[in-house]
Amino acid sequence: MEYNSILDQLPYASPFLFVDTLHKVDENGVEGAFLFKEDAAFYDGHFKDYPVTPGVILTECCAQIGLVCLGIFLLNKDADEKGKIAMSSSEMEFYLPVFPNEKVVVVSKKIYFRFHKLKCEVKMYNSKNKMVCKGVLAGMLKPTLNE
Amino acid sequence: MNKDEHYQKLKNIVSLYLPEDVSADKITAESHLTNELNINSANLVDIVLDVEDAFDIMLENEDMDGMQTINDALLIIDKKLSDK
Repeated sequence: MEYNSILDQLPYASPFLFVDTLHKVDENGVEGAFLFKEDAAFYDGHFKDYPVTPGVILTECCAQIGLVCLGIFLLNKDADEKGKIAMSSSEMEFYLPVFPNEKVVVVSKKIYFRFHKLKCEVKMYNSKNKMVCKGVLAGMLKPTLNE
Repeated sequence: MNKDEHYQKLKNIVSLYLPEDVSADKITAESHLTNELNINSANLVDIVLDVEDAFDIMLENEDMDGMQTINDALLIIDKKLSDK
């Protein structure tokens, strides 16, 4: 329940919100879930006759849960700050396709959060608990961005 | 470790994070890390973390804010090493 305040602070809205629920959040990591509904616009074009969730969208889902939700938690915890976030690097590997109406779980472990940079190891699992993709994501979290 | 070794060590770290269009030859003691060498804020953190490992020191937020040029960084490294 307490995680609702994190979800409320997310700077995204449909159709670019890729977090439904958070299962647990602590200073070392986060776990959350998202259901890819079949009416998402990108399925019309990716691919033309064969809808599969694009890898960039899976990466974004991993980043919103694994990096941004954790980042909001860490900022709130340290100084009750509200921050802006910018992704600074992503390195992902993809193993299985995610089809329309699949629910995924993202598990993220903090590698470090120092000097406003949060770096995490993320893994996404499908409903059969098979790993869909994994990678390392990093972002800059600041109360105000200079750029 | 003398000053030359510090400089060389720092230069090697910074070289790893230069953007494609900046060559390692451009690094001098006076080089400004973000303005001249075009290092972004995320890579600046990587440099600071690598410096901590390479010199076995701990850096704080204010140290990072003070690291504008290669020379600034060398002075901060020297200070941290002598405080140890």
